[in-house]
Amino acid sequence: MIKILKYSFYDLIRSRWSYVYFLFYLALGFVLLFLNNDVSKAVITLMNVIIVLIPLIGTIFGVMYYYNSREFTELLLAQPIKRSSIFMGQYFGVAGSLTLSLVLGLGIPFLLYGLLRSNAIFDFSLLLVTGAFLTFIFVGLSFVIAISNENKIKGFGYAVLLWLFLAVVYDGLFLMSLIIFEEYPLDTFSLVSTMLNPIDLSRILILLKLDISALLGYTGAIFKKFFGTDLGFLTSMAILLLWTALPIGILRYKAKRKDF
Amino acid sequence: MTITIENLYKRFGKNHVLKGVNLSVEPGRIYAILGPNGSGKTTMIKSILGMVIPDQGEISVLDRPIKHGWKYRKQIDYLPQIANFPPNIKVQELIDMIKDLRNSTSAEEELIDLFGLEPFLDKKLSTLSGGTKQKVNIVLTFMFDSPLIILDEPTTGLDPWALIRLKELIQKEKANGKTILITSHIMQFVEEIANEIVYLLEGEIYFKGGIGKLLDQTNEINFEHAIAALTTKKP
Repeated sequence: MIKILKYSFYDLIRSRWSYVYFLFYLALGFVLLFLNNDVSKAVITLMNVIIVLIPLIGTIFGVMYYYNSREFTELLLAQPIKRSSIFMGQYFGVAGSLTLSLVLGLGIPFLLYGLLRSNAIFDFSLLLVTGAFLTFIFVGLSFVIAISNENKIKGFGYAVLLWLFLAVVYDGLFLMSLIIFEEYPLDTFSLVSTMLNPIDLSRILILLKLDISALLGYTGAIFKKFFGTDLGFLTSMAILLLWTALPIGILRYKAKRKDF
Repeated sequence: MTITIENLYKRFGKNHVLKGVNLSVEPGRIYAILGPNGSGKTTMIKSILGMVIPDQGEISVLDRPIKHGWKYRKQIDYLPQIANFPPNIKVQELIDMIKDLRNSTSAEEELIDLFGLEPFLDKKLSTLSGGTKQKVNIVLTFMFDSPLIILDEPTTGLDPWALIRLKELIQKEKANGKTILITSHIMQFVEEIANEIVYLLEGEIYFKGGIGKLLDQTNEINFEHAIAALTTKKP
C-alpha cells in the first residue's frame, strides 16, 4: 500500500491542481490576515470559507482522480498487489496531498503573521484538524460514489449532489424542521441531526471553541452545554473519526467485489 | 497443472458470459484460446488474474486456489488486451514503476532493444501510437521471469517486423519451459505457435485439443476454415 500511496501522492503533488489549491489557500490566508489584522477574526472568516470549500474540493478531486486513474488501477490489478492496498493507497494519496495543500497553504501565512505568539493557536489547529477530517471524509465518500458508478457523468453528478445536500440542503431542512416543530423540545433532535452531518458538526465544533456561540441563539445554549465540555469535544472527534471510517469501510467492501 | 478451472460461472447483469467452464492447462505448452467476439475469452483470463470475481467455480494457479489471494500473481505475466496506460507518465517511468511494484528481477534492456523502443523512452505514453504502445505493453509483460504468461490479443497494432520479434520471443519463452496462454483472432499466428487450441463458444468450452484433432473433427484441411466450421456446425 505504501508504494501505491507514494505514486499517487507524487503524481498529485506534481499536478497543476495541487498547486492551484495550495496557492488559493496561501492567498486566502494572507488576504484575510491583511484585511482583519487579527488572527482570531481571520480564523472565523476562514472557517466559513473552508467549511464549505473543503468538502467541495475533496468531492470533486476524489471523483476526478478515481476516474482519471482507471487505467493505472487496471494496470495495478494484474500485478501482485492486494486489491484493498491499491484503493487504500490511492485514497490516502489523494486525501493526504489535499490535506498537505491545506495545512501548508494556511499554515505559512498564519505562522508568518505570528500565530505562535497569539492565543488563537488552539483555534487555528482545531480548524486545520477539522479541515483534514473533512478532506478525508469527502474524498472517501467520492471514492465510494466513483467505484459504484462506471459512468463518469453519473458519478460526478451524484458526488456534486451529495456535497450540495450536506453543505446546503441539509441545513435548510434542519432549520425548517426547527421552525415547524418549534413547540416541542428539540434539544436532542438538534444535537443528533448536527452529528449526522460532518459539515455541521465541524462548524459547530469550531464556533463553540471560538466562543461566539451567542451567535447561535437559543439552541446555542444547548450546544454550548454539550460541545463545550471535554466530553462533547471528544464525542465530536470520535464521530468525525467514525465519519472517516465509514466511507473507507464501504470502499474496501466494494473494491473486494468489483469486476474490472 | 499450471491452471485448473472447475465449473466457472460468471454473469454481468443479464448477460451470462461464462457457463460452466472446465479447463486444465499443463505446464510448458502454448495454449491458444479462441472464440468469436463476446464468447468470454477475456472474462476467463481476467478471472484467472482475479480481476473478475467469478459467481461460481474454482480456479487454481500452480496448484493453489486463488480465491482472495494476490501473491500468486507474481507467477503470472499478463498482457492486457487494450493497452490502457496512465497518459501522463513517460515510458521509462512506467517501466521503473512496474519494476518497483513487482520487486522482482527484470530484463527490460534486452526487450527495449529488441523492439527498438529507445527513442520513445522519455516520451509520454499519451503521445505514442497504438503499435508503439503495444510494444511497451509487450516489454512490460516479458521483462519478468514468471512461469505463466497470459497474452490477450498480443498482435494488435504490431507491424510485421515486430510480429516476427514477438513470435521469436514466445518461442524462446516456451523453450524456457514456460506455460503460455494466448488469445488472438489472427489464425495464421495461432497456427504457427499454438500447441493446443481451446475454443470457447457462448461461455462454454466447445473444443479442446491439438490442431490435428481439430482438422480431423471438422474434415477441413485449412486451419482457418476449420475454426470457422466449428462456429457454424454447432448443432
